[in-house]
Amino acid sequence: MTELNTALIEYCLRIADNSLIHAQRIADWTGHGPILEEDIAMSNVSLDLIGQARGFYTYASQLEGNGKSEDFYAFHRGERDFRNRLMVEQPDLKDFGFTMMKLFLNGCFDYLFFRDLMKSNDETISGLAAKSIKEVTYHVRHAGDWVVRLGDGTEESHQRIQKSLNELWPFTNELFEQNEVDELLIQNGAAFNKKELKAEWEAMVNEIITKATLKIPSDSTYFYSGGINGVHSEHLGFLLAEMQYLPRMYPDAIW
Amino acid sequence: MDVKVKTDDLSAKETAFNDSIKDGKVIEPKDWMPEKYRKQLLRMMSQHAHSEVVGMLPEGNWITRAPSLARKAILIAKVQDEAGHGLYIYSAAETLGMDRSEMVDQLLSGKAKYSSIFNYPTLTWADIGAIGWLVDGAAIVNQTVLAKCSYGPYSRAMLRICREENFHNKQGYQILAFLMRGTKEQKEMAQDAMNRWWWPSLMMFGPSDKDSPNSADLLKWKVKLYTNDDLRQRFIDRTVEQAEAIGLKVPDDKLKWNEETRHYDFGEINWEEFFQVINGNGPCNKLRLKQRNDAHSNGQWVREAAKAYAEKRKAN
Ligand SMILES: [Fe+2]
Ligand SMILES: [Fe+2]
Repeated sequence: MTELNTALIEYCLRIADNSLIHAQRIADWTGHGPILEEDIAMSNVSLDLIGQARGFYTYASQLEGNGKSEDFYAFHRGERDFRNRLMVEQPDLKDFGFTMMKLFLNGCFDYLFFRDLMKSNDETISGLAAKSIKEVTYHVRHAGDWVVRLGDGTEESHQRIQKSLNELWPFTNELFEQNEVDELLIQNGAAFNKKELKAEWEAMVNEIITKATLKIPSDSTYFYSGGINGVHSEHLGFLLAEMQYLPRMYPDAIW
Repeated sequence: MDVKVKTDDLSAKETAFNDSIKDGKVIEPKDWMPEKYRKQLLRMMSQHAHSEVVGMLPEGNWITRAPSLARKAILIAKVQDEAGHGLYIYSAAETLGMDRSEMVDQLLSGKAKYSSIFNYPTLTWADIGAIGWLVDGAAIVNQTVLAKCSYGPYSRAMLRICREENFHNKQGYQILAFLMRGTKEQKEMAQDAMNRWWWPSLMMFGPSDKDSPNSADLLKWKVKLYTNDDLRQRFIDRTVEQAEAIGLKVPDDKLKWNEETRHYDFGEINWEEFFQVINGNGPCNKLRLKQRNDAHSNGQWVREAAKAYAEKRKAN
């Protein structure tokens, strides 16, 4: 396998893992949303994200060429193998504002990221990005609307959503993190420099945060990182234990 | 005197109403209807909507543990459909003069009922198959008939919902079919789910009509078109063969094809259990009510914020 191929596989797994872990968190809301309409909306979002994960896992398996299925990647890898960003694995604890803020911050980045990736010279990747960006556009709009409503709603909601923003902000630096895998793919025209998205992402986020009468925390001295190297927060292990238990318990079973 | 005239007047109206139903007229929200018709329908429709919403809980319980990505996606979509059914039936019920929020309050306070089946726990993945196949299967039998009921908004809601229920039914059956083709443990898991869900599914059709206080009126008004026992029989007849096709055993020693009646004979239903469950003493009644109440109170600040925000926009 060429170095480029290995890098592409790694890249696909990052995207897929991120979508899957995020979907798993949001899907946990099913049946417990603040209103029935939001239950439906959150199901839509998690279905979109699962669809993205399946698309990128399937491509990773084609690149690996060893007949691994999408389910292999989702259910038979451990904590240190997952490449998702730490933000998405953070538990929502049934705080709707936290979920929407997470979806918003993450979604703004994904929007810009997929927009670039649509120009990838790898046709499968550009195709998957084109499909994903439509979904992400909706996620950003939906979550952004809620951020504004909650920010500019009641005194209580303002405080709560500000707290969520404060808690999630230290995870945002990781959105732009990259390593030699990115470098190689950028050189080859398959991927793009994420660092160049930062200004645009900030503008996108700022617009909504201002509209929501919220403040970006200025005293964030610590920023989390580690997802691209499989170094996660303590929460991921529990999420995987729950998600993977059946296929792990019955490795020969087909479902 | 006045009172008497009014009574006569009303009963003349009611006679005309009954006749028009006999002739197959569909009643629309603006039409005159007897108060009892309105009340019974409202009770049935709100219970139905509550059942869709509470029904999301036992299945939602397995979303984060679904054993493949495809199954996870199907299950989310299925439970999402149920939320849609709830919404759709609530708004059909609102045409009878009660707000959704009031109906929801009745559910949360424990005053309103919902289908007894959702007071049973989903213990293994096979239960998700059993619910789709048996519970949605029973719902299809009920709802196909309700699609021809005399109240327009309800019948149209049922028509739309039935299409989705067929997909629910198939995915449930497919889950069990896969398990029955699988390992020894998978087969045991499937049969165990069958054993636990079969009888509660039969109870979904309600008590025998002689013990069902509202049946006569509902039949006269074509809110119901068949008796509970008829529908239960219909469900059993179509389900037994499906069970046999994948090697599942129906947990009923008395179950036997009757050549004369062209129906399956079956054993005695444990009505004591049924009444215990609908009176709040099933294995999950308290949990389900708590889950709904928690979701509602956790979401209170969100709903308040949305309202406050909308009012600010209106003011500006
Ligand atoms: Fe339904
Ligand atoms: Fe259903």
